Order: sequence, then C-alpha cells, then structure tokens
Amino acid sequence: MLELMTQVTLVILALALVLAFARLVLGPTLPDRIVAMDLIGVLTAGLIVVSAAATAERAFLDAAMVIALLAFVGTVAYARFVERGYGA
Amino acid sequence: MIDAMTSALLLVGALFALLAAIGLLRMPDAFTRMQASTKASTLGVGCLLAATALQLGDVASITRAVAIGAFLMLTLPVASHVIARAAYLSDAPLWEGTVVDQWREDAERPGSGHESTEHSRSAPRRPEAHGG
Repeated sequence: MLELMTQVTLVILALALVLAFARLVLGPTLPDRIVAMDLIGVLTAGLIVVSAAATAERAFLDAAMVIALLAFVGTVAYARFVERGYGA
Repeated sequence: MIDAMTSALLLVGALFALLAAIGLLRMPDAFTRMQASTKASTLGVGCLLAATALQLGDVASITRAVAIGAFLMLTLPVASHVIARAAYLSDAPLWEGTVVDQWREDAERPGSGHESTEHSRSAPRRPEAHGG
C-alpha cells in the first residue's frame, strides 16, 4: 500500500515537473519563466523528500534543504535582474 | 495506521503539487500563474514533508522536515512578492480581464506624491530609467 502510494506520488511529481518545464519553455515573458524555475526548484525539493521517505535515507533531507535554499536565492536574483529592466 | 496516514499525506501533497503545475500552465498572465503555483506548492510540499516526518519518525528526520517546512513557508511568499513586483515593474502584460490595478490608480491620483516616482509602471518603455 505505502510502496504503491510512494511510486504514484513520484510519478505525479514527475508529471508536475514536466508541466512546469513546459511553462519554462513556452514563456512568453521572463517573469513567467522565473515563476516556472521557482516551481521546478520547489518540486525537486519535494521529490527528494519523498525519495528520503521511500529509501529511509536521512541524508536526502539535507539535499532537499539545500535545493530549497538555492531555489529561493536564484529566484530573488533573477527577479532583481528583471526589475532593473535588463530582461524585458 | 502510520502507513495509512503517510499514504494519504503523500497523495494529497502530490495532487497539490500537480495542481500548482497545472495552474502554472493554464493561468492567463504572470501574476495569476505566480499566485497559483506558490500557494499550491506551499501546501503540497508541506504535506510531503509531513508524510516523510511521519514515516521516518526519528528526531533527526522530524527536525529536518520541520526546518525545511518552516524555511519554505518563510521564503515562498517573499519570492512570489519579489517576482510579482519585478514582473509589474518590467511591464509584464496583465490579463485583459483584470479588474483592479491599485498601483496604477495610486500613481495616477493627483497629489498622491507617487506620480513621478521611480517605482511606477511605464506606459511607454522608459529605457533611461534602467540605470543602477
């Protein structure tokens, strides 16, 4: 039951990542792509968290923390870049 | 019992994450996309973290899960605010069905002190305002 549900969760998260990647490719403006990158970072962190539960590997949680942190810093950096008018 | 709760939390979290991605793909402009993806992904990853903490169940894992959750709850609203502000100031197009644009109303009201500030959305592009 739990095994199956973990597999289903991983598949759904992968599907969500594909949809977010479609928005990253489609655009049309740079802010849309930044939102997509932000969601991809958060979804990756979620995927690693589920992997940690599936494999009982505690170290994966540290990796998830680092990815969530980097996604936030990257989003803010890109947003400052766009706000100054370079990306339009 | 714990297995059943973990399964339920995993499924709910994954569905909310999927909802965030669908919202990101289907919403009409950058601002609605931002709000759909941020709100749904906060709840989705929160549920996944709760499921993992419940399943692993030792102190180190629960502490890390709570730390990641708290960090996401703190940073996702900030990130979405910064994105929305940058999108607005870089003249990202609003959806044609947009009803309220309070920043513009404030900027256009005479005597508000906001008419000629740096932080306003330019109707024509203002390349000279992009320095530093």
